[in-house]
Amino acid sequence: MKYDIILAGVGGQGVLSVAACIATSAMLQGLNVRQSEVHGMAQRGGAVMSHLRISDKEIPGDLVGRGNADMILSMEPLESLRYLDYLNPEGKIVTSSETVINIPDYPDESEIIENVKATGVSVIVDAKAIARESGNMKAANIVIVGAASSYLPVEQKYIEQAIKQMFSAKGEDVVEQNLKAFISGRA
Amino acid sequence: MDEMVLLGDEALALGAIDAGMSSAYGYPGTPSSEIMEYILEYSSSSKDLFATWSSNEKTAYEEALGASFVGKRVLVTMKHVGLNVAADSFMNSALCDINGGLVIAVADDPGMHSSQGEQDSRYYSAFARIMCFEPRNQQECYEMTREAFDISEKFHIPVMIRLVTRLAHSRAVVVPSEKREANELHKSDNTAGWRLLPALARKNWAKLLEDQTDFEKYTNESEYNPLSINTDFTDFGVITTGLGRNYYDEAKIELPSLPSHLHISAYPAPKDKIQKLAASVKKIVVIEEGCTFIEDYLRGYLEQSIEISGKRNGAISLTGELNPDNIRGALGLPKREGLKTEMALPGRPPQLCKGCPHADTYAAINSAREEFDNSIVTSDIGCYSLGALPPHKAIETIICMGASIGTAKGAAEAGFKPVVAVIGDSTFLHSGISPLVDAVSCNTPMTVIILDNGTVAMTGGQETILPSSRLKSLIEGIGIEPDHIKTIVPLKKNHTENVDVIKTEMEYDGISVVISLRECLETARKRKKAGGNK
Repeated sequence: MKYDIILAGVGGQGVLSVAACIATSAMLQGLNVRQSEVHGMAQRGGAVMSHLRISDKEIPGDLVGRGNADMILSMEPLESLRYLDYLNPEGKIVTSSETVINIPDYPDESEIIENVKATGVSVIVDAKAIARESGNMKAANIVIVGAASSYLPVEQKYIEQAIKQMFSAKGEDVVEQNLKAFISGRA
Repeated sequence: MDEMVLLGDEALALGAIDAGMSSAYGYPGTPSSEIMEYILEYSSSSKDLFATWSSNEKTAYEEALGASFVGKRVLVTMKHVGLNVAADSFMNSALCDINGGLVIAVADDPGMHSSQGEQDSRYYSAFARIMCFEPRNQQECYEMTREAFDISEKFHIPVMIRLVTRLAHSRAVVVPSEKREANELHKSDNTAGWRLLPALARKNWAKLLEDQTDFEKYTNESEYNPLSINTDFTDFGVITTGLGRNYYDEAKIELPSLPSHLHISAYPAPKDKIQKLAASVKKIVVIEEGCTFIEDYLRGYLEQSIEISGKRNGAISLTGELNPDNIRGALGLPKREGLKTEMALPGRPPQLCKGCPHADTYAAINSAREEFDNSIVTSDIGCYSLGALPPHKAIETIICMGASIGTAKGAAEAGFKPVVAVIGDSTFLHSGISPLVDAVSCNTPMTVIILDNGTVAMTGGQETILPSSRLKSLIEGIGIEPDHIKTIVPLKKNHTENVDVIKTEMEYDGISVVISLRECLETARKRKKAGGNK
């Protein structure tokens, strides 16, 4: 088994923390993981991507090949289209519907959503609204993890364990809100 | 030992710690910074390890050399272009009789994710005629670092570890081994090996050249350079280096027959093994990260004529980093494609944070420039390099650390006026002081604007080597007229006032400095989160 994920978003959105959450859960399940990150200049409000590879065998390379990603997991709809070339035809796009408009030529929102839907393999999540209902506006990324989780080769209990680990330092309330956000995203 | 999930940078750092390192020096630079970050975190709770950032890579290297002279194991870290800064010390240290293990970790950035060039540091190791290791995963980062310390002490040379971005910033599991004790202080009796007077340096140089045979014996025998020969398939053989091996390993299962393969991760290149491979195949495909280092070596070295395929013949691109796809053509494998969208996607380049002090300084500089028919603004390396992009479009040169001031001086002395140099506080302390001294010596008519945000922002907010409070006295001390050292606070509400100050100094017929002082937002946020004051 191998499962390759391209994580996409805008610098500052928490792409790396989403990657870390999924990577931790996969390791808790005993799987091998490789995660490639972007640091430095590219982090400053620009398009960012991270390669996350999960397998029950050894994983030689850090990067996912073209047409080989099983999922594009995006924090932002425009960014979910940027790396389509990586996705295999049976793959999934899971993306937040919330736009980050920090460039002057940002396209019309409905055009983006239409194009995401046109791929025929997309799951579009109103992560912010679901996070708000869960009691923590900051939990939008965990909602996305929830939405992705039913396709991931990782059991729910390990993802929940990873979420607990991630937020335990911030107190029980935050852990509970994030677990709730995860479950709502998964639904 | 327990497994740990580490970045390549962190695995190298832990490898050095467990190898019995006593000191570590470096200057921040993507993708190398996390090596020192990890060591600094460790050293904050350890009495046995001294670690600190230095002013620049050259001072870092010399500090490391001193620790080695008195017998301690020491690591020095930098990004590839940082080695240009440290090159004088580095090249000459190769002629020194290294005592305590001296390992230099250099992180290259093929693809220029966060750099102005993609130079290949393996050339420096060959130039200096020292040994170099090139790990391909986190576990090798850990293990080769220890090996590098051993080799440094065995052969009395500095040893390089070459990383690339994808390894430096990728996380995977590392299994550490037992930590060993640090060296005792022991100054060698052979101090002649440290004095590069011509008469002594000639001897040291001759010895280093003699020792090459031992280095090659090591790399020919090393398990870090594994060779496998498949006598049943002779169409082509493969040489990989660094991460090229990982992409090759994934692609080779699609090949009809497994080619003979040599992976090189310890340099100087293992001549005997290369000869064996060349004698077994009709063609050699070279998959290496960076420049055509091994490829050119083969062309210059092999006795027999054999077809060599790699970057020189275009089978693999000469620019950019390797990936699982761009090596496929060289192996005769078909291209792969994924899904496509009809939509034209606008780019989303990086940009200054919302409310960044640099943006307000650039707005003031742009307004001040409107008062002149023609002007030039040179600049430098840091977050503020993003001021070249819209909407700021405020700076016109970006070359290397400190170059803003030197190039401004040259332009001014060629007769151009007004000339402005824009440089960050950490870049100024790194290599901006010397050219400013030059400008003072000639009273060159130019204005240096120091963007003082109190941190090394681009690489993650490391502390600058001197606090903001000391900058002004330093500048006064080298002889800038006190009337022409101005401090402004880059805020929207001060815009008119700031434009006036900059315009007045641009008109002044001598050297002036404007310090634009406001803390980086990220640093302020972190400081507040940690509950600390400035």
